Amino acid sequence: MSAFGDYGGRYVPETLIPALDELERGWREAQADDAFHRELHELATTYAGRPTPLTLAERFAPGKRIYLKREDLLHTGAHKLNNALGQAVLARRLGKHRIVAETGAGQHGVASATVCARFGLECVVYMGEEDMRRQKPNVERMRLLGAEVRGVDFGTKTLKEATSEAIRDWITNVETTHYLIGSCVGPAPYPELVAELQSVIGREAREQFLAVEGRLPEAVIACVGGGSNAIGIFHGFLEDAEVRLVGVEAAGAASLGSGRTAVLHGARSSVLADEDGQIADAHSISAGLDYPGVGPEHAFLRDTGRAEYRTATDDDALAAFRDLARSEGIIPALEPAHALARARDLDAELILVGLSGRGDKDLAEALAALGFA
Amino acid sequence: MSKTLVVYLMAEPETPELAQAAVEGGADVVEIGIPFSDPLADGPVIRRAAERALARGMRTRACLDVLAHTRALLPQTPLIPMTYASIFEAYGWERLDTDARAAGATSLIVADLPAGERPELRRVQLVAPTSTDERIRLAGEQTDGWLYLVTVAGTTGARGDLSPALPGLVERARRLTTMPLYAGFGISTPEHARAATELADGIVVGSRVLLAAEEGTTALRDYVRSLRGALDARAA
Repeated sequence: MSAFGDYGGRYVPETLIPALDELERGWREAQADDAFHRELHELATTYAGRPTPLTLAERFAPGKRIYLKREDLLHTGAHKLNNALGQAVLARRLGKHRIVAETGAGQHGVASATVCARFGLECVVYMGEEDMRRQKPNVERMRLLGAEVRGVDFGTKTLKEATSEAIRDWITNVETTHYLIGSCVGPAPYPELVAELQSVIGREAREQFLAVEGRLPEAVIACVGGGSNAIGIFHGFLEDAEVRLVGVEAAGAASLGSGRTAVLHGARSSVLADEDGQIADAHSISAGLDYPGVGPEHAFLRDTGRAEYRTATDDDALAAFRDLARSEGIIPALEPAHALARARDLDAELILVGLSGRGDKDLAEALAALGFA
Repeated sequence: MSKTLVVYLMAEPETPELAQAAVEGGADVVEIGIPFSDPLADGPVIRRAAERALARGMRTRACLDVLAHTRALLPQTPLIPMTYASIFEAYGWERLDTDARAAGATSLIVADLPAGERPELRRVQLVAPTSTDERIRLAGEQTDGWLYLVTVAGTTGARGDLSPALPGLVERARRLTTMPLYAGFGISTPEHARAATELADGIVVGSRVLLAAEEGTTALRDYVRSLRGALDARAA
């Protein structure tokens, strides 16, 4: 039994088990070390731009009070930096000088390349060739930052295969390399570690919401691919039983909504898979949600009923993307546009939305789909 | 004592005849891969073979049929299905164990189920150069018949030289377990085979066997015979 019921675990080749044990020990020691927390806080405030603001989106959803937690304003443009900074500090404590990462939309790849530049670590990022095409600006950013981007040209050529290749690299170079996983997925202790590093979003948002509204939101809503921004914001409200937690998946990548229990990338979770356990292909206009798996904690929260999960289609997300730009002057990433779409029609008035990233990376793809190009 | 030669074949319709050819060439044990869409422990050759097998409809039940046909052709040869946890999860852990053995399996290998997990599932355990002494001891206690030494930190696939990590791993494993030790991952030539069995009790050859199998039964038989020759020349 893991922390997430029957979900989670360590379904990896033996080669990685000692590295996971070492990571777990290093993580526990860091957690108990004030110096680690001071270093993270210093980086968060002087480098990353924390705390990020809370913005009331009045024109986007008239009649509701929707607040946006602005992770799009974090350095590098998405929540991914919270995790990358924490893991980079941890990697240095473990004496690892090489970082390997996977990326879908490129936001985690950029965050990884950024922290590696900041700390002088070697950085290799695996990215599906389909994602390299649709998220080209992020490929250019990673290269400028000094990372090596390795295209993955088999299977779906998206995040699933990029993650497999990153893990294979880690198996091969485990003595020197830290695997900087980008979401709350993978073998233990990664799901728990990433959730803790992202929970700064929820802690800040809860405090900010209380300060401005004098009460807690009725609902907290966030998009779910692997699920790290959602788990980070949910963690601020897990104990507040009256606050609904709502995750929004891409309709073509609804691991929680349409998945079954399977094992992918080292963890047992809810996965888009067929009856034989073969992993299915996900489909989403948003590269960051285009993943057939999800973090084991989300599967646990779904089963216990603490969180509810819905879906948004590509068209729903594109409409919300355009509408937020025109009503608030904020161009969201396509990933949180899924959460914005469901926030509008949620049967609640006082809502907190995790705006996990900004949409610059999506302009070419979204404008073509919206008929601007 | 004669050294053991284990070969790996992906489950496909041709596998029973290929396994027979491999045994004629001198293979002692045949692993039969049940393909998985996302095989983390495997390099490009086995990954591509899995993709091809899946495209040909080689799902779990069809693989069990292949296993049964192979058993019919080879009544005496140990046959070991090798796959990943997701296949067991979908089919049912106990049920797949039962059905595989009913179809002729003599043991199992689950590449992403490390020692210590689900000890009730009798299977060949793997240890790697990164494994601690404690884990090698545990794997030795839990393994089924022999211990699979992963000679490199890495995925399956042919390599130029035999891993320099093998001697240290064999030396530690000899201290920690009395189980026979078969070395695999990166072993592809008669020279590798000879050198590895200076230390270990047997070898496992996968990716290079698949490449030979793609050329047909004759090529596979000849290739396996070259490995057998290297093992036997050493013993003579």
